Amino acid sequence: MDLHQEHGQRAVFCGLTGIVWLHRKIQDAFFLVVGSRTCAHLIQSAAGVMIFAEPRFATAIIDERDLAGIADANEELDRVVTRLIERRPDIKLLFLVGSCPSEVIKLDLSRAAQRLSRHLAPVRVLNYSGSGIETTFTQGEDACLAALVPELPRSSSEAEPSLLIVGALADVVEDQFVRMFSAMGITDVRFLPARRAGAMPAVGRNTRYLLAQPFLADTARALDERGAHRLAAPFPLGAEGTTGWLQAAAEAFGVTDESFAAATAAGRARAQTALAAHRVSLTGKRVFFFPDSQLEVPLARFLARELGAELVEVGTPYLHRAHLAAEIEMLPAGTRVTEGQSLDDQMDRCRATRPDLTVCGLGLANPLEAEGLSTKWSIELLFTPVQGYEQAGDLAELFARPLRRRALLEV
Amino acid sequence: MQLTLWTYEGPPHIGAMRIATAMTGLHYVLHAPQGDTYADLLFTMIERRDARPPVTYTTFRAQDLGRDTAELFKTSVAAAYARFQPQAMIVGASCTAELIQDDPGGLAKALNLPIPVIPLELPAYQKKENWGASETFYRLVRALAGAPGPRPAREPGRHPLCNILGPTALGFRHRDDLIEIRRLLDTLGVDVNVVAPLGASPADLGRLKDADFNVVLYPETARSAAEYLKKSFGQPFTREVPLGVGATRRFVAEIAGLAGLDPAPLLEGPGSRLPWYSRSVDSTYLTGKRVFVFGDATHAIGIARMAARELGFTVVGLGTYSREFAREVRAEAAEHGIEALITDDYLDVEAAIRAAAPELVLGTQMERHVAKRLGIPCAVISAPIHVQDFPARYAPQMGFEGSNVLFDTLVHPLMMGLEEHLLGMFREDPEFHDGVGPSHLGGNALAVSAPQESEAADPAPAATAAILLDEDVVITAAPWAPEAEKELKKIPFFVRGKARSNTEKFARERRLPLITLETLYDAKAHYGR
Repeated sequence: MDLHQEHGQRAVFCGLTGIVWLHRKIQDAFFLVVGSRTCAHLIQSAAGVMIFAEPRFATAIIDERDLAGIADANEELDRVVTRLIERRPDIKLLFLVGSCPSEVIKLDLSRAAQRLSRHLAPVRVLNYSGSGIETTFTQGEDACLAALVPELPRSSSEAEPSLLIVGALADVVEDQFVRMFSAMGITDVRFLPARRAGAMPAVGRNTRYLLAQPFLADTARALDERGAHRLAAPFPLGAEGTTGWLQAAAEAFGVTDESFAAATAAGRARAQTALAAHRVSLTGKRVFFFPDSQLEVPLARFLARELGAELVEVGTPYLHRAHLAAEIEMLPAGTRVTEGQSLDDQMDRCRATRPDLTVCGLGLANPLEAEGLSTKWSIELLFTPVQGYEQAGDLAELFARPLRRRALLEV
Repeated sequence: MQLTLWTYEGPPHIGAMRIATAMTGLHYVLHAPQGDTYADLLFTMIERRDARPPVTYTTFRAQDLGRDTAELFKTSVAAAYARFQPQAMIVGASCTAELIQDDPGGLAKALNLPIPVIPLELPAYQKKENWGASETFYRLVRALAGAPGPRPAREPGRHPLCNILGPTALGFRHRDDLIEIRRLLDTLGVDVNVVAPLGASPADLGRLKDADFNVVLYPETARSAAEYLKKSFGQPFTREVPLGVGATRRFVAEIAGLAGLDPAPLLEGPGSRLPWYSRSVDSTYLTGKRVFVFGDATHAIGIARMAARELGFTVVGLGTYSREFAREVRAEAAEHGIEALITDDYLDVEAAIRAAAPELVLGTQMERHVAKRLGIPCAVISAPIHVQDFPARYAPQMGFEGSNVLFDTLVHPLMMGLEEHLLGMFREDPEFHDGVGPSHLGGNALAVSAPQESEAADPAPAATAAILLDEDVVITAAPWAPEAEKELKKIPFFVRGKARSNTEKFARERRLPLITLETLYDAKAHYGR
């Protein structure tokens, strides 16, 4: 790996964006951003039409009067939250989500959360920061899950080892993994976050955890502090990543090679079949990643090794060397990885190398398309089920589709 | 603090971005934290622009706060100037940078760049997007239009010359309105000097003063600048906004007056198809259709007026989220005999729509979703809007072609007259029973009957959308006798909600213990239609 670090203008989402998928995952949680009109506008823009479906997120917009005195802001927050909980009695878990404005005026949301937890029991109130000054895009999920960890029940230290999967996954993907682990004989499998606030997994010295996502640095640290052990693994993207990820659990739980092979054989075979269809369009294609989600390194590994793509540059907002050790190991030798961003310089490099496919955010995609570059907008990789064997083909399809479309269009 | 889910307007710096993105040769350096770049995608995705907005963000992070964010700002301005070589720059702070109190104007000035650098003060905790756009345009015009003074007299034989003010990036149908208005002016024999901000450069703003008068298309963005130009250069500006046939005719007459031309060729020309379409017998069923209008002030006022006078609808609700234009909207509402709704809280709008029980809602993207939930036909007439309201086809709102577009837009969501007739005649028929709704609304058919049929009994909407419901709307009423309830169901669903609430109000006012068949018809006779 040829690592570069870059500083300058960054075109990335802030951590508030994580609310868009987290609120779908934890079905009785509400996310209340304490911020400005900009924060509300951001979530509205990012959530698109989802905002009308079943809103379990909102913004308490700080106004001038709140800025005049912090004590007043606390009273205001209590008023807003109390009213919200009255209107939504189905809510069991409320996250107060910090933003840039609330961090800069040092509004103490952790004290507010404690205070409100007492007032609103049995509703639990937690807080984390999704501010842009502290978090980039998916780090919002990390901050949210890390806030949950101290709240998790303690599991008995004598209990049999249990497996914890960390990172929000689509329900369908969770269910597939449960079946696969079960076939190997690993039956006690839990997920963080759970689908409901009251069903969050217990954690303790018997907990072995697998990260399902590469952006969970703080959550992992919090789990380690509770005595849990991380199983080092690549991330379950593509057939190879999924196998490596499952293998890490299998080894930790003493699953025999035969049993592992039997449990995974069908999935591996299906993934290979599905991937073969896309290899034709992606082999030899030069791919450029702009930084976005920290998924870039595992995705680049998948594209290079399983689909034969060439990597021009792999940008990532942050590179966690330990969690990505297995991924870095598998990257083609000499792959240029850029941590951080200087947007205009990176766009210059992208234009100069004219990649076949550029993976980037929605603010850049159309401008680059208009310059004749094919793009894959990156947010979809967060909203679409892409992990595991059954989704390997879908994941490849996400990258193949823009190329196929470009070839199709005659005008 | 205000609990907000949906916002009609973004923060004021988004307004400034709409001006910067509309123009050429201008660059905006925005002191803002990492993450605020999300705003780019409004322009690249919703409006499908093919280039990044001309905005450089400082994207400071927590570690920068300990150091010198002011230095970061200066570096960003210098780098943006070096890279983009703009004719002028605007600089300002987003909401977070406003709190850290670096002074963008002072810092940029210290760089001594060889171009005008215009500082923007956009109070993010008081003001919103449209105000930000208006203020930015005003500041640009003030800074770049040149020293105030009298205009030289028009040379004999020269065509009258006007500026068109107001179109921006991310404006609802601004692209096509502009084409339509240019066509009108061309037919009248008025030349266009500068269109701004859309497509104008800073140098073009220096030529604004050459025009004889200004055409203000969108007062929300351009009225402050027009007032300034009037004061500084004596340029009068238009007050009429050409939404609908009548307003377009008045607009043409106003311009002809300002230009000293004869409006007759245009007013006696083919004009719009709307008047004939609206007079054709097929449109008779539109008479008195109850319509609720909400949007920015300009569109709400203009479209309420045309809905009432040109389509024969009854305006039962009129409101805006543009507080800056509340007075004008109140005056228009009074013309319709109703009270205006001035709010930026969509829960209030939803409650007002429920209470007014309209047959058609004309509003923004948000009203579209509210109407969908209530099973009421709806058309979008104002920002904020999604990507589908930046259409590929020609779709102005203004002028004669705009009136044609509006006729189609306002009528299409309604059931066709014949379809409505069939529903009345064959109410018990399995194919035309009143639960089916307009055939073209397809899958929405079930939603049409659900809210009105069993509002109280059906727990599903309350559980899933409790935050959206306003308890004040739920009223306790006398119980309905079974035969009255049954009779109520025979009333077409699109007026049933109104019939129910009128009857209940009638019963409540008379303290009737039970709503009987007689109560239903007494109330019908009392309220009439």
